Amino acid sequence: MSKATIVLEVLRYRPEQEQEPTFQIYESEYREDWVVLDAINHIKDHIDGTLSYRWSCRMGVCGSCGMMINGEPKLSCATFLRDYYPDPIRVEPLANFPIERDLVIVMDDFMEKLTSVKPWILREHEKPISEGEYRQTPAELARYKQFSMCINCMLCYSACPVYALDPQFTGPAAIALAHRYNLDSRDQGRSWREQVLSTEEGIWACTYVGTCTVVCPVDVDPAGAIQQAKLSTTTDWFRDVLMPWKGR
Amino acid sequence: MRRFERPVPTLWWLKRRAYFLFILRELTAVFIAVYLILFLILLYQLSLGRQAYETYLGFLATPGMIVFHVVALVAALYHTVTWFGLLPNIIVVRFGEYRVPSKLIAGANYVPWIAVSALIVLILTRG
Ligand code: SF4
Ligand code: FES
Repeated sequence: MSKATIVLEVLRYRPEQEQEPTFQIYESEYREDWVVLDAINHIKDHIDGTLSYRWSCRMGVCGSCGMMINGEPKLSCATFLRDYYPDPIRVEPLANFPIERDLVIVMDDFMEKLTSVKPWILREHEKPISEGEYRQTPAELARYKQFSMCINCMLCYSACPVYALDPQFTGPAAIALAHRYNLDSRDQGRSWREQVLSTEEGIWACTYVGTCTVVCPVDVDPAGAIQQAKLSTTTDWFRDVLMPWKGR
Repeated sequence: MRRFERPVPTLWWLKRRAYFLFILRELTAVFIAVYLILFLILLYQLSLGRQAYETYLGFLATPGMIVFHVVALVAALYHTVTWFGLLPNIIVVRFGEYRVPSKLIAGANYVPWIAVSALIVLILTRG
């Protein structure tokens, strides 16, 4: 019996030889336990070694294998062929990002936005090591844990029409991570981050379409994080105006 | 190296059900705004005296106006219900590690809404 196969229509872009991306049809081996990334790896190894794409962990941890699969932003290592078989699958680079080559997108904009919110613990004064670690209760951990699960896969940016129309928008994951550190009991950078976030290009650009949350592979709920950030920024503002002596 | 930027289609909001429902929710605001303008005019006519007020009431009773108000009511209900559904993601109530379930937060909004609506109906029907 001949091996089962599945058709993949892959968007290709080779800047040195073409002006615009074009679809290329590949017929990959099909196995029931294969994910889209397996089929693409099969193509790369056995059919066309020139196909470029990013991947690393193939287990939903590294966040590097995001692609548009039949128009949906998905991790290609977590999307099974059997959910589409025997229909062909259309594979494109993540939407809303420029294409560098084939399925590889230019992610500089995301990296800049991510660093712009300083997603690490900010302290006014570091305490000396001799005073021990910054301790945290399970309740304090629970406040931000969900937002700390982000794997920087950028699927949320691909799903966000606000980012598509206004590339200046800080975007879902960067804001969710800023919110994650703002909620961390060890962090003291909240008022600094709020200055960055509380702008027309930050949280207030979000109109709460909510698709970022739908596509997030690890249930971060970036849309919820942005709205919560709007709420806490607003309450902080009122507190500063009404009770300036309170400080933060 | 030359990179390729894909244009955003004008009809992007038809690409996904969620986008379309979002646009629909935004559009409801137009109906609510027009309703409020009509209501402000009503108050203004009232200040002009009985004659003006009754003429305006006559205008509001025309079929077109009745259809508009029914549509505006549906729009307001759609906006309210979808918004209440989103609220649990915004309002997080925690007791230690315990987070109050979404259904409870969403449900808690319906109680005052129904109570206030019932009160208004009561006042209107008694007057
Ligand atoms: S928030 Fe979710 S979708 Fe967005 S980058 Fe993080 S893990 Fe990916
Ligand atoms: S390859 Fe690492 S998340 Fe898919």
